[in-house]
Amino acid sequence: MAKLNLLLLAVLIACALGLVTSQNKARQLFSEVEQAQDHAHQLNVEYGQLQLEAGTWGQHARVQKIAREVLGMHTPDPANVRIIMPAGEPAH
Amino acid sequence: MSRAATPALVRLPVWRARFVLAAFLAGFALMVGRSVYLQALKTGFLREMGEARYSRVLEIPATRGRILDRNGEPLAVSTPVKSVWAVPGDVHASPEQLQHLARTLGLGLRELKKRLADTSHDFVYLMRQIPPAQAKRVAELDIPGIYQDQEYRRYYPAGEVTAQLVGFTDVDDAGQDGIELSYQSRLAGRPGSRRVIRDRLGHIVEDVGSVRAARDGKDVTLSIDGKIQSLAFSALEQAVERNKAKAGSVVVLDVRTGEVLALANMPSYNPNNRAQLVGSELRNRALTDAFEPGSTLKPFTIATALELGKITPLTRIDTDGGQIRMARYTIRDAEPDGVLSVTQVIQRSSNVGAAKIALTLPPVAMWDTFRRVGLGAPPPLDFPGETAGIVRPYRSWRPIEQATMAYGNGISVSLMQLARAYSIFARNGKLIPITLLRTATPVTGTQVIPARVAHEVRDMLETVVEPGGTGPRARIMGWTVAGKTGTAHIAENGGYAAHKYIASFVGFAPASAPRLIVAVMIDQPGGKDYYGGLVAAPVFAQVMQGALRMLNVPHDAPLVPIEPVPAEDSKEDA
Repeated sequence: MAKLNLLLLAVLIACALGLVTSQNKARQLFSEVEQAQDHAHQLNVEYGQLQLEAGTWGQHARVQKIAREVLGMHTPDPANVRIIMPAGEPAH
Repeated sequence: MSRAATPALVRLPVWRARFVLAAFLAGFALMVGRSVYLQALKTGFLREMGEARYSRVLEIPATRGRILDRNGEPLAVSTPVKSVWAVPGDVHASPEQLQHLARTLGLGLRELKKRLADTSHDFVYLMRQIPPAQAKRVAELDIPGIYQDQEYRRYYPAGEVTAQLVGFTDVDDAGQDGIELSYQSRLAGRPGSRRVIRDRLGHIVEDVGSVRAARDGKDVTLSIDGKIQSLAFSALEQAVERNKAKAGSVVVLDVRTGEVLALANMPSYNPNNRAQLVGSELRNRALTDAFEPGSTLKPFTIATALELGKITPLTRIDTDGGQIRMARYTIRDAEPDGVLSVTQVIQRSSNVGAAKIALTLPPVAMWDTFRRVGLGAPPPLDFPGETAGIVRPYRSWRPIEQATMAYGNGISVSLMQLARAYSIFARNGKLIPITLLRTATPVTGTQVIPARVAHEVRDMLETVVEPGGTGPRARIMGWTVAGKTGTAHIAENGGYAAHKYIASFVGFAPASAPRLIVAVMIDQPGGKDYYGGLVAAPVFAQVMQGALRMLNVPHDAPLVPIEPVPAEDSKEDA
């Protein structure tokens, strides 16, 4: 009887230690998940900001101004335009 | 007393033992009572207090959806910002730290010290809505008593170009105007919450209880094309400036899908900085303001008469030298003419001709046409503050009113209604439903007038932009154009103001296979020109030309430069 009790005691201690370890592990993993989620959120925020920045740099008025003034671009003269119609339709 | 002493038998009084027993029993009863009280009666409260020591309810923030143009370019985006606040009594910082803090926040050192000196409050904002990078530098200073909150701020990259259309949100991120308001329920996110256990260092170690997930707001994709919108806005801005006008609007519709490709208004404002906002800048005039359209309404009168067989495009109308008297009113033409064909009545924009044609029609027929093309009812756009315009019931029309309504007086419409109504000429008699959301699927529309009549009117509208018409400045290189000018006196105090006009032009192109409808309205041009053909038609041409090129619409006219036409030809009077 005493032997059985000792055995059960040993099993009990092993189980208790197992519980503690797994709980600790679970908490560590949980905190990693938390960090990963935080990171994902931050990246999302950054994506939004970059989108905003791209939108601001890509303003049509700004692009047009730079194209005209800095790059010296302009709409082609009618004389320099040739229109090709699909499937050989007559062009005007 | 020593332990070695032999205990002597002492006879103690009985009451002492009883007293001790009673004291024990009383103590026991007290304990039982207390434990019942704690375990059974106050258990909920105690459990709560216990949990409060280690568990917290955290809010899971949800972001508001974006508003995008049809190509996915952002028109409104929410981005998180931080607000820095302090508990003045708890702040312990060295002078260098304070200096750092002031510099990081972009705040004067004296101002900062003043705010922190006021220890009578437990809460004072140091700076609201600063970018996260700046907030991080503040956090790195690690000053006790200084805290941060997350907030969201809405940014509008397109600024004033789409201001009235997109609208804006208030500090709580709720829509206040425009699309932000009408699609509030779709855009708004729903924040979630969860209960967690934190350890001594504040790390979250476990989720407990149920998690209510946050639901981010959904994006709204508009039918607006950013490039065409930008073009329409800058063309309108230039025209309003050049003509010293009070206001103006431009609408661009896709004839095939009913999508609104551009919707621009002047004056405008910068939605990112609304400090000096005034009411007139706020209105989306093209939708919320009704005006008497003037001659741009004539084609509908003519179409009704053609449909009823009262006239053909070649019927001769005597315009009586440019004026007729009715009751105590006189209807005048800007340029007196003699006998005109119906086509010429449109081309030359003769009020007398249109009035005479209208008087051959039963009032109910004209009223019916106006209603069937969508006038007098708000366009189904689901936009806040849309006007229905005014089309009075035909039973109350007097003959003079019927005559003036033929050329767009005594009836009021919004620019959007007018643009949409012109779809019956562009779509062979069909009125198209319109939308502010991207659809990209062709719509069928409902037949309002016979296709034959639509074609006849379209041919007349093409003559308007030819030399001899009122709108030659609406011509563009490479595509044929059909449209109508309008110059209307502004109704004021029961009469018409002598020198206040609304100049307009509504038309479509390519005339052979219409793709776009462009409507332009310029309110009270203050320069020497005020005719629709001189003020509004050039804006139409600029927007139409650019938009057709951007959409790669095949040319239907030779690519030769347009010869300038003298201003004299663009006169009209309604």
